[in-house]
Amino acid sequence: MIVAAGSATGAASLVQSVDWLAIAPPVVVAVAALAVLVADLFADERRKPLLGHATVAALVVALAFLVPLRAGDRSTFCLTGDVQACSYTADHFALVIQALVLGGALLTALLSLGDTRRLPAGEFWFLLLASAAGATLLPAARDLATLVVALEVASLPAFALVGIKRGDRRSSEAALKFFLSSVVSTAVMLLGVSFVYAATGTMHLTEIAARLDDVPEQLGTLAGAGVVLTLVGFAFKTAAAPFHFWVPDTYVGAPLPIAAYLSVVGKAVGFSGLILVTVVGFPSYADVWGPALAVLAALTMTTGNVAALRQSRTRARSAVRLLAWSSVGQAGYLLVPIAAAAYSSDEQIGSTVAYALMYAVVNLGAFAVAALVARTRPGNRLDDYRGLYATRPLAALALAFFLLCLAGLPPGIIGLFAKVTVFSAAVDAGLGWLAVVMAVNVVIALYYYLRWTADLFRSPERETGDEQPPAPRPLRVPAPLTTAIALTAIAGVALSGAPQLVLRFAAVSLF
Amino acid sequence: MQFLLAFVVAAPLLGAVAALLPAPPGLKGKNPDQAVLRHGVTVTGVVLAAALVLVAGFDHDHPSTMQATTDIRWIPALDVRIHLGTDGISLPLLVLTALLTFLCALYSYFKLPAGPSAKGFVALVLVLESGTLATFAVLDLMLFFLAFEMVLIPMYFLIARWGGEGRQPAAWKFVLYTLLGSVVMLLGLLLIGLKSGTFDMVALATDNGRGLTTSVQVIAVLAIGVGLAVKTPMWPLHSWLPDAHTAAPTVGSVLLAGVLLKMGTYGFVRILLPVAPDGMRTFAPYLAAFAVVGIVYGSLACLALARPGAKGDLKRLIAYSSVGHMGFVLLGIATMTPTGVNGALFANIAHGLITGLLFFLVGAVKDRYGTADLDTLSGATGAALYGRAPRLGGLLAFAAVASLGLPGLAGFWGEMLTLFGAFDPAEGLSRPAFLTFMSIGAFGTLLTAAYLLIVVRRVCMGDPRATPGDKAEGLSTGHGTGGLPQPVADVRGYEFAAWTPLAALTVLAGLWPAVLLGLTDPAVQKLLAGGKS
Repeated sequence: MIVAAGSATGAASLVQSVDWLAIAPPVVVAVAALAVLVADLFADERRKPLLGHATVAALVVALAFLVPLRAGDRSTFCLTGDVQACSYTADHFALVIQALVLGGALLTALLSLGDTRRLPAGEFWFLLLASAAGATLLPAARDLATLVVALEVASLPAFALVGIKRGDRRSSEAALKFFLSSVVSTAVMLLGVSFVYAATGTMHLTEIAARLDDVPEQLGTLAGAGVVLTLVGFAFKTAAAPFHFWVPDTYVGAPLPIAAYLSVVGKAVGFSGLILVTVVGFPSYADVWGPALAVLAALTMTTGNVAALRQSRTRARSAVRLLAWSSVGQAGYLLVPIAAAAYSSDEQIGSTVAYALMYAVVNLGAFAVAALVARTRPGNRLDDYRGLYATRPLAALALAFFLLCLAGLPPGIIGLFAKVTVFSAAVDAGLGWLAVVMAVNVVIALYYYLRWTADLFRSPERETGDEQPPAPRPLRVPAPLTTAIALTAIAGVALSGAPQLVLRFAAVSLF
Repeated sequence: MQFLLAFVVAAPLLGAVAALLPAPPGLKGKNPDQAVLRHGVTVTGVVLAAALVLVAGFDHDHPSTMQATTDIRWIPALDVRIHLGTDGISLPLLVLTALLTFLCALYSYFKLPAGPSAKGFVALVLVLESGTLATFAVLDLMLFFLAFEMVLIPMYFLIARWGGEGRQPAAWKFVLYTLLGSVVMLLGLLLIGLKSGTFDMVALATDNGRGLTTSVQVIAVLAIGVGLAVKTPMWPLHSWLPDAHTAAPTVGSVLLAGVLLKMGTYGFVRILLPVAPDGMRTFAPYLAAFAVVGIVYGSLACLALARPGAKGDLKRLIAYSSVGHMGFVLLGIATMTPTGVNGALFANIAHGLITGLLFFLVGAVKDRYGTADLDTLSGATGAALYGRAPRLGGLLAFAAVASLGLPGLAGFWGEMLTLFGAFDPAEGLSRPAFLTFMSIGAFGTLLTAAYLLIVVRRVCMGDPRATPGDKAEGLSTGHGTGGLPQPVADVRGYEFAAWTPLAALTVLAGLWPAVLLGLTDPAVQKLLAGGKS
């Protein structure tokens, strides 16, 4: 009797309870993705634009679902045994990154609304939402299986999005490059994950952290190799230095909003995965990944900035190319606090989160203005921005502000203080050399950002004669695009006035 | 009072935003340019008035205490507070900034430098003013860094858009040099902040470095010192300055020399001396050595430029003379004595007044002759300003003489006090070394006198009937037509208005140095004693 009752409760407790509210944000997005796909089959051509609006609405709803979770104390899909480990945790870290991802996807959707006429609408919105669902799931994932699945859900639709411009050779090439490098990284990561699983016998990050400490002697090498391979996989995803080569071609080939999406949401995904694995999963290997990440950070920022410096202004799409390289450089700054976390405390991660938030707002803004300029000048060369102030003063001021934020100079106060937190993380951890490398990089980066900014305010002379007078009073700007620029600009200015809004994540433990 | 100081810092910023907006109906003026230039004069005038009220309200009996303080939490995550305040050290600099900017705005109202738009010009000058005033008014290390960076972008655009020949490379040199310096400075500031647990300058000054180990202080002083030395500029980090000055428009040069350079030396006095005295003591002899090398180097460079046939640009020459003068300021700071530091602060103000005036005058000469090239100007016998434009010539001679440190004018006291300070440096510093520095510095004053007198001779004296660029001696290829003396406009009304205050203050500070020293001395005593006194 007693045995039967015991086994009955045991059987009952095998079923994990699900906290639907906690998982609402990714679920809403995923359901919306399926709904859009199905609706696309039945909607006639005239109604297709509604799909875009539905996407925007779904993302707003998902963002709204973050509000009731703001206490950051929910977790679900927990093990029912005596060990306390959950697969999904909506802590502050997860919530902040989810907000970033959903906000980024929302802005991407706004940027795309006017642009999708030439693209297959239903598929585009489905893919965007599917990718966003994966990206939303990832920061809350707390076991390696969920992590890998989320990462793949986020990246697989992204390949298709990059190559969605049918008949465009560059687009297909970009998609292929992105696909191959990403698949290789996934394969490497899966190998690493399986090694780690073999050595520890668990998938849950907190459990791995506990068990990696006392791995049996003969499995030590296996565990070490697993850790390294997993990190290499994430380094690919974050486009850290030796694994960054796919970035510029992919960004240039992809539709502009998708490039914006990859530069912000794609990065956020890679970085939150990297943070989870290193800080939560492998803290006992901090002496391995700490120095490795520090070196990677230095390499990444230097490569990105030096390459951005060398972009010629007249080459086609040099503006996007420059933004692509600059995003590589910025990724380097983002890596610094993670490396610092190995030397001091987990709280340094907050600096990465704060910097990522700043970067997301500002970079999306810059891409939004680039999308605006691309409407009249599809070449999107840096030269096309010359004298933007004369034709579109507000857009030029906004872009100047975004670029100065990226450079970290007043009036971009939020950019400046975000850099300060990263610097202070490095100094605090005793990584003086990294701080100095970063300082030099900030100066290099300033050169190309400021050169671009200065171009905006030049008189649009030069092309007298051969071309028709500069852009016969440009086409009307679609409202969603204006909204996107205005939203990012307002957010940027508000954050500059009250940097605490973002920087408060820098000083606290988020887990 | 506290609102007044906050107003002084914030008003130019608001004014800059307002300058970009279209003028309201009642204030359209004759044309948009005139309206926005008038707006600039009004805003800077109001700021100057506020600064003067601040002086009137300042408790002159206690210049060593921070007055008109504001202290608000801004970014708790980084422990950054909006902490403003002024004491005897920063008050004169605040007034100098407000005054020079007002004079510049007034001057450009009548004579706008050639460039894109008046709107942008006024907005940039106002942002520049706000950044400089903020640098002198803030009492938080992070805010200091923010204000320090704030002047970069406006100054870049002022040089690159409204400047003369070679402005693009000069502007880049300026901004990259300064930024590299200030990023390194940021690392030092962070080091201090993280190790001592606060960014508050008053608290740190009261601590007087007790919370920091010597090695931290040494690294911090090195990092912060490099950033400040670039701005000052200290030899050998000065090479951006001559280019920037030569290319900048007159107003830009005046502000650059008169105000921006002071941010560097102010940082030395306000941050390094009280916060990291041990580190400072380690580096003081090197600082002094670089300073005297700067003095001699600046003078020699000026002598070379002043030589006939050297094609020396007058603006470049004055820029090099700035390197020399700032050398005196740095020497004073390096002595770490009240005498030396007071001298440094005095020389700071004097340099702002005199060099500001000199750049105005040279700008005027350049406008009239179309060149600032000394050889072209002086032709065979000399430019003969005395004969052609006696008032302009007289003012130029006056400014040059003040600059070489004639007793009775402002330039004298600063140099004398710094040399005095070097004669008897602070405890722990090598006296023989400083005696050497003192004698080299004194030699530098002779060189300074030499080149300034040569300049006066070549520009002010000469035969008024000979045209500049006369081919008689084949010295230069001018546009001389020979025969009739070309009329040169003498000082105009607005120029008088812009220059008289500077000349008058130069005389006042020279004859009655106690006005300034009475303010700075108690504050310096307190800083060096670590907030006790």
